[in-house]
Amino acid sequence: MKPWALCFAGILWRELLRFLQQRGRFLAALVRPLVWLFIFAAGFRSILGVSIQPPYQTYMLYEVYITPGLCGMILLFSGMQSSLSMVYDREMGSMRVLLVSPLPRWFLLLSKLVAGVLVAALQVYVFLVIAWFWEIEPPLPGYLTLLPALLVAGLMLGALGLLLSSFIRQLENFAGVMNFVIFPMFFASSALYPLWRVKEASPLLHAIAAANPFTHAVELIRFALYAQLDLGSLVAVLGWTVLFTAVALWGYNPARGFVALTGKAGPPG
Amino acid sequence: MSATMPPALQLEALSYAYARGRPALQDVSFSVPPGSFTALLGPNGAGKTTLLSLVTRLFQAPGGRVLVCGHDLRQAPRAALGAMGVVFQQLTLDLDLTVIQNLRYSALLHGLSGTLARTRIEEALARAGLEERGRTMVRALSGGMRRRLEIARGLLHEPRLLVLDEPTVGLDVDSRREIVAEVHAFCREKGLAVLWTTHLIDEVWPEDRLVVLHGGRVRAAGSVREVMGKANAGSVGEAFGALTRGKAA
Repeated sequence: MKPWALCFAGILWRELLRFLQQRGRFLAALVRPLVWLFIFAAGFRSILGVSIQPPYQTYMLYEVYITPGLCGMILLFSGMQSSLSMVYDREMGSMRVLLVSPLPRWFLLLSKLVAGVLVAALQVYVFLVIAWFWEIEPPLPGYLTLLPALLVAGLMLGALGLLLSSFIRQLENFAGVMNFVIFPMFFASSALYPLWRVKEASPLLHAIAAANPFTHAVELIRFALYAQLDLGSLVAVLGWTVLFTAVALWGYNPARGFVALTGKAGPPG
Repeated sequence: MSATMPPALQLEALSYAYARGRPALQDVSFSVPPGSFTALLGPNGAGKTTLLSLVTRLFQAPGGRVLVCGHDLRQAPRAALGAMGVVFQQLTLDLDLTVIQNLRYSALLHGLSGTLARTRIEEALARAGLEERGRTMVRALSGGMRRRLEIARGLLHEPRLLVLDEPTVGLDVDSRREIVAEVHAFCREKGLAVLWTTHLIDEVWPEDRLVVLHGGRVRAAGSVREVMGKANAGSVGEAFGALTRGKAA
């Protein structure tokens, strides 16, 4: 058991070190949701009243409503970013070091995914601490029950990123992923507006949003932040996670994996 | 080395083709005896990097076998990879981490921790001549220092086989000469088997074993003298020229 634990500890330790040393990345990860919270939500506060709905016990400010969605946004960006960098960025070199170490490839990749999610979860907590001073004050046990929800949702989004980067060559740059994956997933979800409101506007968009894995992730986070379990969302997120992970690991098979697929094995020699 | 020991590396009938491309490797077989320095010599595009991708399990060959110290890479990948150290052509260090942080990460990946890891890291620093630079960011190291660090990292878990893919690419003449000499010395003194790919004939020493790869096929393999004899040549350069003339496929 020990080599496995050590290997995971090494992967997590490296992810944390890299994250803390890349201050720009840390700042960007934090500023993005804060801009939404401080500017977007404040602007829409008077336009979008949100009525009582579970898990909330009372009428809430719009900032309160979108906070779980912004937690999801942190996971979404982080998951896409780290999964893509696993494949295409300068990290290519360090991925090789990881992949030629002795433990099974599925374990190495899952460890890398989980380590990325834990780093993203850390960002979420820093965001929530700042949000608390903005009167986003979920119950204290919610901060605890949030962690497993973040892990499951983060793993789902990380696996989705890995899956996309394994199979779609056109998504080599992050701008493409922003336009075709992150923005559609984020906007066609319950992150910014409740699904019943979307239904009033467009039944089709409602159907898309209801099926969107990101909606399930956001709802799981929303309920967990108020120390409640949304079982339907949990089952959906777990299902998507298993599916995305299985396909991503299959795509990473060296026999037909992305290294061979993209021809980025390095210069021929 | 003992005659009963299996080869440090044995390749049996390896072939590989990229999607929609011509075969990169065809029926490649050769072995690296324990404690030997084996130079895999081939011009650019010969298939050296593809071959190392198969040996290190980055790719999986549809047929053939790779045995590392007797362990089949497909059947027992953990034992096979545990017996192997790898230095890639491309830099694989974390530039924004320190020398020691890079080594510690690699130690953990190989299941080394505590006192043992600390001892091995100190040895690696000494081997790379970087005792005073342990807390330096890798970004601040010269190309030669980075290469030495990568080699020392590849030896951290005390493998019996070290494979290096054109490790002197991009280095100045002095660093290149020093690194070639250092790895030959490890091989001689520690009984380490080395597979060293290159397209530069002056990196091959007279006592080395030599495999000439061209067009994805092995054109000759054996001691330097045997390969020169096969090509009816008076030097490694002449032999290389004769064996890699024209298309091999």
